[in-house]
Amino acid sequence: MSKRRTERLLSIVVLLLSSNRYLTAEQIRAAVSGYPEQEEPFKRMFERDKEELRDLGIPLETGRASQFDDDLGYRITRQDYELPEISLEPDEAAVLGLAFRVWQSAELAGAAAGALLKLKAASRDLQDDETVTQRRGIEPRLTTQEPAFGPLWEAVRDRRPVTFEHQSPGRSDATKRILEPWGVVNRRGRWYVAGHDRARNAPRVFRMDRITGPVRLAGPPGSVQVPEGTDVRELVKDWDRAPARDRTAILGIRENTGIGLRRDARESVPAKDRPGWDKVTVSFADSGWYAHYLASFGPDVIVLDPLDLREAVITRLKGVLA
Amino acid sequence: MVTSAERLRRLLALVPYVVARRAVGLAETAATFGMTERELIDDLNLVWCVELKAPEPYCPIDLSYEDGEITISQAESIARPLRLGADEASALLVALRTLAETGGGGSAVPRLIAKIEGAAGAAAAASSQVTFQIDRPNERGVTATITAALHAGKRVHLRYYVPGRDEATERDVDPMRLFAIEGHTYLEGWCRRAEGVRLFRLDRVLDAVVLDVAASVPETAESVDVDAGLFRPSDADIRVELDLAPGARWVVEYYPCESVTELGDGRLRAVLRTPDAGLVRRLALRLGEDGRVVSPPALAAEVRAAASAALALYD
Repeated sequence: MSKRRTERLLSIVVLLLSSNRYLTAEQIRAAVSGYPEQEEPFKRMFERDKEELRDLGIPLETGRASQFDDDLGYRITRQDYELPEISLEPDEAAVLGLAFRVWQSAELAGAAAGALLKLKAASRDLQDDETVTQRRGIEPRLTTQEPAFGPLWEAVRDRRPVTFEHQSPGRSDATKRILEPWGVVNRRGRWYVAGHDRARNAPRVFRMDRITGPVRLAGPPGSVQVPEGTDVRELVKDWDRAPARDRTAILGIRENTGIGLRRDARESVPAKDRPGWDKVTVSFADSGWYAHYLASFGPDVIVLDPLDLREAVITRLKGVLA
Repeated sequence: MVTSAERLRRLLALVPYVVARRAVGLAETAATFGMTERELIDDLNLVWCVELKAPEPYCPIDLSYEDGEITISQAESIARPLRLGADEASALLVALRTLAETGGGGSAVPRLIAKIEGAAGAAAAASSQVTFQIDRPNERGVTATITAALHAGKRVHLRYYVPGRDEATERDVDPMRLFAIEGHTYLEGWCRRAEGVRLFRLDRVLDAVVLDVAASVPETAESVDVDAGLFRPSDADIRVELDLAPGARWVVEYYPCESVTELGDGRLRAVLRTPDAGLVRRLALRLGEDGRVVSPPALAAEVRAAASAALALYD
């Protein structure tokens, strides 16, 4: 059954590509094997076939078969169908292989494999330059563990608004959002979607792993306008920007401990009044966040200055005992 | 079982693939398309059987596969591959821009991006809406040192920070590859101290020195399958139950949890497995009153003792 269907679809492609004019459904039926005699089943089958061809990306056009005829016809022009000439240098071919591996088992892996086959089909001598593969540097890998990635990517591609529930950190309940998505960004290993939040009437960024439940399409294709000059990368960067470390703290750190703290230290000298300890000067941004980090070092670190940071660490440690 | 659509997609690439090469081996072609020779022959037969009945009956495609070699003498209108679709063009372009971001692939990457954008035309548009950024751990020059060792096939000496134990360890490593995943760059290598394949996060390498010794990775060393996720629980791990206040919900996003249960009012109970109790002790100290180790009880007591000892410094 499936084999006959493939054969029928292939025949339609070959027929329409070979023809210079629009062919009517009747003409296609006469040339292609496998359509039923009766009118209704034929129409249904032909509709499904057209849909399947378009889903594959085959540019099936509709137009009037002739100027004397009101019947609709179909054609595929070579110009729209064929992959343009593309010839790859050996090092480019090798890079293509590296690019293919980036998606691995992630969401767009199948699409990457399809693209690779088409490019291999397009050029004869696609020989890998092995020196490129050997000197390959850092291989990036994209993963898409967030279930929201697939539907959000499709919404971005087709420019359709979406609705979803989003769980903000530190809040107990999820909120419902209606978003006109502009783009998806992977930053520091996490996927984000950026766009126009209709309820807030402002640009917003959402982390995909905080989207709970299904992502639903909320409008027809093409109904999202991405404003001119939008840079989704910058939006996400702003959202996630680290505050400037413009404050200074003096810490006591026990010798041979606090390695993580010492890496960013501006100065470290043995503490004169505390044998076995070092006096370390560091920069920090926010006393809340930094106090929590310092508390994680337990009895290996003491804050000497400033006072607010010292108090914040004491409060955090008392919280452990509360 | 492939669907008829997937099979058609394959056939429309298979025909031009053979046409572009004039003659090509069955085995090689089957390998490229990821199928068996039997399946390939089924595909070739299907293509060969296509017949158009009108206006004049004829067979548009003529081919043979004698002596293990395929030739297509007539392919008519499908001698060229179909254009790239939006998903295909985007998948490739995003992957290439990702390579450009990590510096993998060198100068060929921008050339290839331009060629594929040109060939994809409008289908490439959506790809600009997907971007990738990593933090480059280059500041300390460690990446350059390790990359040089990898390319020269030399052993490296690492001072490596283990945050769970707040400890700097010394080890000699034979580099195997560098990769970036989930926001971090890793060296995979044969660790001479552990006598096994280990991953090292480059932002935790305190210092790296290339040694004048050839790297020797045992043939039995197997690369880590990173695509299945970096976290691999082991039977030796301890099981920790943590209660988290709303302000500590981020913990379940950052640490792989075996289970997460809502306790109401935004509170969570998380169960996580870790090889390193020190990591949890440090996490619990950091969380203060927002987190509580429920079990094991010994670990809960250890956390309280550490907090008391730390507070005593301020008396």
